This record gives sequence, structure tokens and C-alpha cells, in this order.
Amino acid sequence: MAKFKTAEELGAEQREISVAEFFEKNRHLLGFDNPAKALLIVVKECVDNSLDACCDAGILPEIYVEIKEPAENFKLLSDGEEVGKLIKIEGEFELIIEHEILKPTEKYEKKNGFVYVFEHNKAKYKLYQIKKNDKEMLKIMRGRAELKLVKISSNRFLIIVEDNGPGIVPEQVPRVFGKLLYGSKFYKLRQNRGQQGIGVSAACLYAQLTTGKPITILTRTAQNKPVHAFRLRIDTAKNEPIVVEHKNLKNGFGQHGTRIELEIEGKYIQRYHSVEEYLKQTAITNPYAHIVYTTPEKQRIEFKRTANELPVQPAIIKPHPLGVELGAFERMTKLTESRTLAGFLANEFCRIGQGTAGQLCKLSGIGQKTRPSELDHKQIDRLWRTMQTFSFTKPPTTCLSPIGEKEFENGLKKEYKVDFVAVVSRPPCVYRGMPFLIEVAICYGGELPQNEPANIMRFANRVPLLYQAASCAIMKSLQRIEWRNYGLDRSGSMPAGPAIIAVHMASVWIPYTSESKEAIDPYPIIVKEIKLALQDCARKLGHYVSGRKRVYAAQQRQSLFEKYIPEVAEAISKLAETPKERIKEGLEKILKEGKIVVETDKDKE
Amino acid sequence: MEKSEAKDKLKNVGKKLVQDIEAKKNPNFDIPIRTLSNIMYDQRTKFITLGNKTAKRYFFNVAHVKPFLQTTEIAATTKELLDVSKHLSLREVFYRIKRTLPGTNINIVDEQTESNKAIEDLELITQLSREQLHINANKMGSVAGRVIIIDKGDVVNWAKLGSGGWSIPSNVEDIKFKKVNAKFVIYVEKAAEWERLHEDKVWDKLNCIIMSSQGQATRGIRRLLQRLHIEHKLPIYVLVDLDPYGWYIYSVLKFGSISLAHMSEKLAIPDAKLLGLTVDDVGKYGLKRHLIKFEDVDKKRIKQMADYEWFKNNKAWQRQFKMMWELNAKVELAALTSKGISFISDVYIPEKIKNKEWLD
Repeated sequence: MAKFKTAEELGAEQREISVAEFFEKNRHLLGFDNPAKALLIVVKECVDNSLDACCDAGILPEIYVEIKEPAENFKLLSDGEEVGKLIKIEGEFELIIEHEILKPTEKYEKKNGFVYVFEHNKAKYKLYQIKKNDKEMLKIMRGRAELKLVKISSNRFLIIVEDNGPGIVPEQVPRVFGKLLYGSKFYKLRQNRGQQGIGVSAACLYAQLTTGKPITILTRTAQNKPVHAFRLRIDTAKNEPIVVEHKNLKNGFGQHGTRIELEIEGKYIQRYHSVEEYLKQTAITNPYAHIVYTTPEKQRIEFKRTANELPVQPAIIKPHPLGVELGAFERMTKLTESRTLAGFLANEFCRIGQGTAGQLCKLSGIGQKTRPSELDHKQIDRLWRTMQTFSFTKPPTTCLSPIGEKEFENGLKKEYKVDFVAVVSRPPCVYRGMPFLIEVAICYGGELPQNEPANIMRFANRVPLLYQAASCAIMKSLQRIEWRNYGLDRSGSMPAGPAIIAVHMASVWIPYTSESKEAIDPYPIIVKEIKLALQDCARKLGHYVSGRKRVYAAQQRQSLFEKYIPEVAEAISKLAETPKERIKEGLEKILKEGKIVVETDKDKE
Repeated sequence: MEKSEAKDKLKNVGKKLVQDIEAKKNPNFDIPIRTLSNIMYDQRTKFITLGNKTAKRYFFNVAHVKPFLQTTEIAATTKELLDVSKHLSLREVFYRIKRTLPGTNINIVDEQTESNKAIEDLELITQLSREQLHINANKMGSVAGRVIIIDKGDVVNWAKLGSGGWSIPSNVEDIKFKKVNAKFVIYVEKAAEWERLHEDKVWDKLNCIIMSSQGQATRGIRRLLQRLHIEHKLPIYVLVDLDPYGWYIYSVLKFGSISLAHMSEKLAIPDAKLLGLTVDDVGKYGLKRHLIKFEDVDKKRIKQMADYEWFKNNKAWQRQFKMMWELNAKVELAALTSKGISFISDVYIPEKIKNKEWLD
């Protein structure tokens, strides 16, 4: 007979789960669901943090990103058969032959590099490390025979992100990076890249989870302050940081800024969803940032700065009465310092003045002077429901920081060679009490690939969104437009042709569909606003494309007639016994003046 | 018409274009339209004539520019021919103007049908015939009979030319009839049937002229038939296969063709009669075993022909079309051989002519 547990026994098993533990088990919720995506998310969280920090401190961002392979692995092949492995870790070489790890027995310098000697039983291996123009070439000999070296793609990467931001005071470092849901942004209603305080600490947790290595932080707040170097771990059971090491360095850093190094398990991919694509898109919507990226292949990619001024810092706003849920509203009544209900309403919300506050109290039948903390649940519920039916002025929009039509255009032009750019910025709008605005840019022609689906870029608060496109409000809006009316082709329900369609949503609170912040929830009002912006922009594109087609057709016609003129002139000259040149010049003159309708018309009868 | 007159006409075509150009107008030709919509059946003359609808062909028009060049090229070529007193065949003219426009992959003409059409256009523009423009078609067709002619000073006796007969040139304008000793002309669609009649010496036995070409009669043959008919009052009897295409050969001989409607006056023979094959012959001569089933295009063609103005009110013909529609099959002239090697010469033709069994 199976043994059933008693309530007491079950009770003994029940305990609190820390956020860190929860995410450890549910890492997909934060977007770490596959190795390629995980690598990108780690970079993204670090870069987003750096940009936010720089903008908050009014510093033009200088961001450096590097992805390195801590160990390079090679297979040794002899006649196509694997005979061993070569590993390069932190500049040192190890040779593995028949499961035996060998260290070099001898190392000497030779022209252009070094030679490492390994011995195994009686065989002698010589590894030649040749350096040429900063590139390293490896060659290995067993006796007199050369073995083939084949690189094995590695699944471990060291990610380094460094900024010139304000730095972090040393007391806060462990908690910023080593504690989930700790941050400065959650309680503020302001347009920011991050909003929950999960991102970077989740990246650290992921690093610890996959490689077991602590993360390294270097930070300096000013030139006269030391550089603080931390090595951190996260105690997942308690959701608390553990400082493995903390020391002060005198040098090794600029005036101020933060550098983070994490070793993670991941996969390095190219093109779509690549780090390069993400940084490129980031550079487009953050034209004031200078970003340098070193790839695992040691290639240096630079995204230049095109704007020398930071965008105006968006204002922090109080919550709009229509943007607060009942639970949050109840909590606010308990936390407020206001002593009267009317005061509470007028002080804690935007768009409620003394008059409106009085009206609200009257409508819900609660005395204006009631202490907010003494309201019972029923009263709060009544008040909240009254608020939902009340017509408030829209929230202020000073809290929004659009990219701006000129900057958006410049950002795109800097990364892509195109013939045409149209940008449309919609006036601010409100969903669920949250102000937001939509900006759309469409690029066309130039070096963009023909006959391919258009390149769709999605941005939320200047952050590129690379995954979960299908469930995103932006895609839903795109699909509702008949792109063929605007000079583009269609591929399935999506636009196709030499075009980039970039959509940006700025808001104090982006309604992401999940914690991994990959798609915008398709609220009807948001979908509608995006569609309006897209249509407006597409109309401009349509004018351009049809004009371009007309010009092209006219040019084609022009050159067609140019080819025929000498031949016809020759024939007419023979026929009429008139000099050829005279006829030719006459025809060319008619063509040049372009007065004659040369359209294909039906024969007139 | 004098040669110099033809040259002047061509020159004037060129002059008109130069005037257009100097007046900064879009240079153009006026070309009468040669489609069913612009031809009429003239009740009085009993042949097809061209209506007065014309189309402008412009140089500065994407759709016209190529035919425009083709026409001017042809005009320049014919002027050259007249200047040097030489003739070219249709095929040679095609090669004469065929080349690629420099710097393009556009050929002035890709196929001979294009140059042929341009020549017809030029005929319409200048009101000159192809022959007057020194362009000849291939010789096609033979003739035999008791006729003596003078061709470029040579005396030719159509009765003494062996098994091949005299081959009919494309231009018969300058032929002189010295002696015509025949009572009628039999025109037969197939060269093979002509050989049959010639071997059987039908022209000798029946005192007639036998003539043929392969398929549709050439202009030279049509003009020769017309001249024999008009100048020597010879009746013309036509023998063709029993199918819409055979009958259309007869239709063209008699009424003229749509594409050469402008030349009907010089080519059509409104009195020509169809000796056979008719649908009645199938029963009468027991040809049922030799029916070849129609295809859809054949039936479509019968409908079209039955609708032509010149057949519309002809009861005898409408009866034939209806019976052919019902027969839903064709019969070849050669099928008569099943009745006997020389059945066509010994029985079919003499009987038909004797009994005046023809369609008009």
C-alpha cells in the first residue's frame, strides 16, 4: 500500500522559493531558451544597461563589446582519422593524445612565432605558432608528417561589455549584478530600456548556471576614485549576491565607467539574430552612441556616432489614474504619506487636481478627509471603479523620448546605403493610462537586396527586438497593410522588395508579451497606431516608387529611340535624298524636347 | 506605270517624313488597315475591297518604332532596286534589311514574315504593287496547254515543255499571249494532281489549260489566271480538297484575300467556279471510306467562312457549309484515285464540266 503524506508532512516540505531559484529552473521565461539566443540576450542586457546608465548621467556613450572564446579546440586528423585534440586556453596549449593531457616539454622562439614540443610515448609533436599581420596560424607535425588541424566550434564564450558611464558605487555592485528584481527602474514611470531590474542579474545567473564561473565587474565612478574589481556569485536559494573577491585597482580603466565579464555557454551565429545585427540596430536608434564590437574571429566592427547630443531626458511622471490596477491602487493607499483621500489622489496621480479629487470622492460616496490608510477594501474598490469610468485628461507626454525623424533617418542612412528614407512620427497616444508614441521609418532601394522579404526592424524604447516576431503588435500591423498598393511586393503576408521597415514604440511602460522582452503585446490601440504610422510612411514610399518607375520607363524609352534614330535617319536619307545628318539632328531634337507623346497608345483609326 | 514614276512615289514618301521631322512632328505613315473590320465585299464588282480606315504608324512610339524602321528600310531598299534596275526575292529582301541595331540585341527583322508584312505596308503606302517595287516571290506552280506566249523575247509553247510544264514567274505583267487555243482553265490546288492531269494529257484531250501551285495560289498565278479570263474570256474551274482551307483557296481566287484586299482589282476572278470537291461528291463518288476527321480548328474555320459577307447570302454555299459541318470530316483530291488511276481525268472532270456541275 502506498504511503500517503499527512498535512504536517506536506507542510514540512513547503517552503519559499526565491526568485533566483525560480528563474534558475525557468530560464526560458527570460529568453535563455537556446544557446544562440542566450548569448545574444546576455550581450543585450549588458548593453541596454550601459546605455541607460550613460543617458541617465548625461554622458555620450562609448560602448565596447567583445566576444571571446576562452578555449579554442582543434581536432588532429591523420588521413581523415582523429588522432587527438589540441586546446588553447588563455594563450597556453594542451595536447590530448589517447586521453592523456600533455603539456609542452619545450618551447622556443623561431622566426615569426614559437614552437611547442610535446612528447607522448616515443612520438614527438611539434606545434608551430606563426604570427602574421596580427593573425595567428597553427601548424602541427608528428615526426615528419603534418597533421590536419580542424577547429571545433566551441560552446563557451567570454562576453565583455564596457561603458564610459557614471560607474556604480561599490556598496551597490553586488546587489545590482547579483540579486534579481533589484533595480532603479521598476518604481519609476519613465521611458527606459530596462524596466524590471531583472536583465543583467539574470545574465549573471545564467553565466553561473552554465559555466559555474563567477562574474567579474570593474567599475569606477570618477578619476580620483579607485577602480573596484569584484568577482561575484549568486546564492540562488536566498537570491543574494556572494562577493568572491573585491579589490581596488589603481589603473586599468578610463575616468569612469563599468566593465562586466561573464563566461557563458552559448552559440555564436551570424546574420539574423546575431550580436552584430543587434548592435547595428542599436546603433540606428541610438545614433549618439559609439559602439565598437570585436567578434570571436577578432574582427573589429565599429558603429559610428552621428548625433553629438543626447536625447532630452524623458521626465518621470506619476501614474495616470487609468493606468493603475486595483491591487496596486490599494497598496498605494497604504504607503502614501498624504493624510486625506483628496490629497492622496491629487498628489499621487497625474491629471488629478484638487477639484477632480473632490469630484471623485463625492461620486464614490467617501469623505474627502478620510485617511487613505483607513479605507476598507470595499471603499477602495468603489473608488477605483469610479475612476475607471471617469474621463481624465490624457497623461503628459513629456515622459516620452522619440528618436526623432531626422535622427532616425540619419541612423538608418549611416548603416545602410539606400536611395530613399521616409520617417513618420505619430502624436502621443495612451493605452491603459500609459502614454506611448509610434515612429516608423521606411528605406528603399540602394544596396538593399532585391527579391527578398523586406527587412523588418522592431524597436521598443530604442532597444531592438529580434525574437518572437510573430506575436508582436508590429508584425500584426504590418500584415494588415496591402503593401502592393505602395510599390512593394508581397511574400506571404509580409512585404517584399529592396526595403527596410523600422518601427519604434516609445512608452513609459512597454507591454511586453513576456519577461524576455521580445514582443509587444498587441493592444488594439497600439496595433492601430502602428498601422496608421505605417500607412502614412508607405504612402510616401508609394509616391517615390511610382515616380521612380515612371522615370525609369521614360529613360528606357529615351534610350530605345536613341538606338533607332541613326538607322531610321539613314533609311529616310536614302529615300528622300536628304543628308542623313540633318534628319538625325532633327529626330534628336524632337526626342530631347520630349514634347511628343511617346507612350504606347492604341492605333487611332 | 513608268519606273521613274515609282521612284518618285518612293521619294515623296521620304520627303513627307523629312517634312514631319522639320516641323517637329512625330514622323508617321498612314497605312490602310488590313483586317476583316476594314474590308468590304463590293456587290457591284463582286470582289473584296479595302475600306478607308487607316492607322498612323509613328516613329516616336514604343509599339510602332520597330515596324516604322522596317517600313523605311524596305522603302530605301526598293528605291535602290529601282535605281539599279535589279530584282530581289522576298527572302533576299529579308536578308538585305536583317541586322542588329548597334549596342542592342534588337534585330531589325527576326523573321521573313516581318519583312513580308512591311512590303505589303509599303504597297499600301505607295499604291505600288510588289512587282512594281522590283520584289519577286518564289516561282511556284506550273502550267500546260495549247498556248504560245512571249516572255522577255523568248517564244514559249506551253504544250511543248515535257513533263514539268512552264513554271510561272512571280511577275507575269510583261508576258504576251501570242496564241491561245484553249476553251477553259483548270486550276488545281495540288501539284501532285497537276502531274496526274498532265500525264493523262487532259489539256490535250479536253482542249484546256491546266495550272497549279502548292497550296494558296501565288500572286503571279492569280494574275495569270485573271489575264487569261479577261483577255481571252476563258472560264476558270477550280479543283481543291474538300476542307475549309481548300475552299478558302477558291474564295481567294474568286473574291480576293483580306490581306491583299487592296490588290483585288488586279487579282480577283469573280467568275471562277468550284468544280470540286463538294460535299455532294462524297456520296456521288463513294468517297466515304476516305474521310479524315475534323479537328476543332476546322470547324471554327467553317463558321468564320460561312459568315463572310461574300458567302453569307449564297444559298448554294451555305448548304455546302452546313453539310460539311455535319460531315465533320475532310477528303483529299487524291482520294479519287481509289476509283481508278485516271478517274479524275477520264471521268470526274469531263462529267462535271459536261453537266455544268459546279458551284459559283
